[in-house]
Amino acid sequence: MRLSFILPIGIFAILAALFGIYLYQIGPGGKDIKQIPSVLIDKELPEFELPPIEGRGDGLNTSDLKGRAALVNVFASWCPPCRTEHPGLMQLAKEGFALYGINYKDKPKDAMGFLARLGDPFKRIGADANGRAAIEWGVYGYPESFIIDRTGRIRYKHIGPIMPRDLEMTIRPLLEKFSK
Amino acid sequence: MIAEIGHFAITLALIMALVQGIAPLVGAARDNAAWMGLAKPAARGQFLFTALAFACLTQAFVTSDFSVAIVAANSHTLKPMLYKVSGVWGNHEGSMLMWVLILTIFGLMVAEFGRNLPPSLHARVLGVHGLIAVGFFAFILFTSNPFERLDPALLQGQGLNPLLQDPGLAFHPPFLYLGYVGFSMAFSFAVAALIEGRVDPAWARWVRPWTLAAWCALTVGIALGSWWAYYELGWGGWWFWDPVENASFMPWLAGTALLHSSIVVEKRDALKSWTVLLAILTFALSILGTFLVRSGVLTSVHAFATDPSRGVFILGLLVVIVGGALTLYMIRAPQLKGGGLFSPISREGALVLNNLVLATATAVVFLGTLYPLALDAVGGGKVSVGAPFFASTFVPIMSPILIACVIGPTLGWKRGDLGTALKRLRLALLVAVVVLLAVWYMAAGNQVLSALGLGVAAWLIVGAFIDLAGRLGVFRVSLVESWRRTVNLPRSAWGTAFAHAGLGIFVAGVTASSSWQTESVQLMRAGDSVPLAGYTVTFEGAKDLKGPNYNAVRGGFTVRRGDRVIARLKPEKRFYPAEQSQTTEAAIHTTWMADIYTVLGDRDESGAWTTRFYHNPLVPWIWAGVMVMALGGGISLTDRRLRIGAPRRARDNPSRAASPVPTGS
Repeated sequence: MRLSFILPIGIFAILAALFGIYLYQIGPGGKDIKQIPSVLIDKELPEFELPPIEGRGDGLNTSDLKGRAALVNVFASWCPPCRTEHPGLMQLAKEGFALYGINYKDKPKDAMGFLARLGDPFKRIGADANGRAAIEWGVYGYPESFIIDRTGRIRYKHIGPIMPRDLEMTIRPLLEKFSK
Repeated sequence: MIAEIGHFAITLALIMALVQGIAPLVGAARDNAAWMGLAKPAARGQFLFTALAFACLTQAFVTSDFSVAIVAANSHTLKPMLYKVSGVWGNHEGSMLMWVLILTIFGLMVAEFGRNLPPSLHARVLGVHGLIAVGFFAFILFTSNPFERLDPALLQGQGLNPLLQDPGLAFHPPFLYLGYVGFSMAFSFAVAALIEGRVDPAWARWVRPWTLAAWCALTVGIALGSWWAYYELGWGGWWFWDPVENASFMPWLAGTALLHSSIVVEKRDALKSWTVLLAILTFALSILGTFLVRSGVLTSVHAFATDPSRGVFILGLLVVIVGGALTLYMIRAPQLKGGGLFSPISREGALVLNNLVLATATAVVFLGTLYPLALDAVGGGKVSVGAPFFASTFVPIMSPILIACVIGPTLGWKRGDLGTALKRLRLALLVAVVVLLAVWYMAAGNQVLSALGLGVAAWLIVGAFIDLAGRLGVFRVSLVESWRRTVNLPRSAWGTAFAHAGLGIFVAGVTASSSWQTESVQLMRAGDSVPLAGYTVTFEGAKDLKGPNYNAVRGGFTVRRGDRVIARLKPEKRFYPAEQSQTTEAAIHTTWMADIYTVLGDRDESGAWTTRFYHNPLVPWIWAGVMVMALGGGISLTDRRLRIGAPRRARDNPSRAASPVPTGS
């Protein structure tokens, strides 16, 4: 029998198995996909230095993140969930929390447009054009947010968009806790 | 009471589906006409009971019966009637009911209009179709019962996601599902053919109309979804490579390949096993689309039902339906002997190229959508690929098709001559080069890709109609003769020309809107004006107003060119108290050559409003092009040979001896 006739069912079997494993993992009693701990939790921040998005004057370094509790948000203009969570970030900024942004693999024009349209909640933004810093931070997907205490340790990591519920139940309480 | 009738009707429909899934297949295997004949009444019964269930659910939504759980969760008494009705399929359970309703409609159509099919093939197609229905009815009854009661009942419902309260989106799911489910017909035909062990031109002729109809519906559905994203999400984009969008795009790509490869089976008796495989894969991707959106495997902005236990059930369905079909394919496909040989430069060759490109593109979208998932499943951590991945892979892969789809239809079958074809198309080539150079010159030589894009668009549009003009003998033969040819030219040739020209219009829209969009964001007070791409936009102020189930702020903008008023635009920001959420309603003025797109933002402390304007050149062409493509499909569907149906040879089929018993209706 020729391979070309066996190949479709073979590939399908592998894919089905992968889906099965995945569903098993997120299923009842399985791991919660939002709760994967970051290896960086309770560790010092990785050393990094990011230039500003072209057309802005800030940029983001490790030293910027010390001295006060902060939320670091990894975002991109091409990522729809980032738009979903953006109003929540605006809300946090309005309440006086310190937010910093890492703009992941974005065109400067698109990133600036994104911020101009939806508002800019960030004190400083670093442009991670080649995705290097995202690797250092152990970023899994976009968007992703880190909560940092005043000594500059990562205390919490949130994968995916911060939905209103996450904001009320975890993000704001944690920021308040570490700000004290 | 009515909800219980609906629930009971689904149960009866499941039983009908079981009969339709078993009796005809056994009957066909044993050559028992009475058993095969059961398919037709079973298909009718299945449709009637499903329609009854759907009517019951619609009744619950229309009368706001908040003792039914999904009505309470998704509706509200103040919601306009259109959205009460569209609320029926604006949720997981109801949308699955619509899925099976469409499935049974297709089943009914094959049962009623399939008279000229050989009886055994007819019985097997309906049998396979019945088995698919069994799976989905069971899915509804065991994991997603739309008639689940709520005790105690609520006094008021929780409302429908305001983003979904929109005319464009009200009709988006029905079209999408017509497409998804329509491909189940091609699948049933493919599996039936594998059981019979025979694929011939007559088979391809029967499969084609179903595939075409499904493809047209899916095309319209995707266009509606993208149009909705453009004006409702308020950020001016029209395609985001979001997993949910990709989920509908993959079956479209595979279905497009299937449409083209079935031509080769029909005309040249070649590419048989490949076409059968495509039919299986297209439907597999349709189910996968349902799976991805419904199971929570991929979370995305508009995945509205996320529940892993449903995912397990759908995975089971996929394994049985697709795994079963592919196993059958492994056993039977080697027996399908290909007929005609052809040289690479020929109509068949061009269609093979089309299939290679579309299959690769499907694989790329598949990979980009599912790779993050697969990597995570094997413990490789989470990654996300977004628009940058697709922009750098999908676009270059699809490019050859844009060049070749003009040349393909002008080549002869078996062996074509590229030189002659290009000579016939020299006018198109000339126009394309002129457009390319003109754009390149106007853009001062630094927008090579944009120039290339518009050149290709001109090539597609002009090329499509040159081929048509050639066939009609325009300017070569007398008007009378041209008219005679116009009448006699197969509708499928018209369909091809329209579909390919539509692709050209689409390419022009995509290129121009992504290259020359103008954006303007600013703070404005009443009376302020800003320039936008040659127009002046004046802010007239904003006022509060009250809608049926929302409160809104409406801004007034006057667009002028010089002193002439071009348009008055009234974008809104709406707040829906029942759902506690906000939407932006962009106001758009279109000249067909460009859109002026206005959005009202927030008011700051000083009383000034953030406003955003876009000037999007040729953006309406994107959807116009897609609609012309669907129109081409529709024209092709009216082709005489599809209406007449089976060619003679099949009617004289020896299995005619086992003639179907008349079924009392």
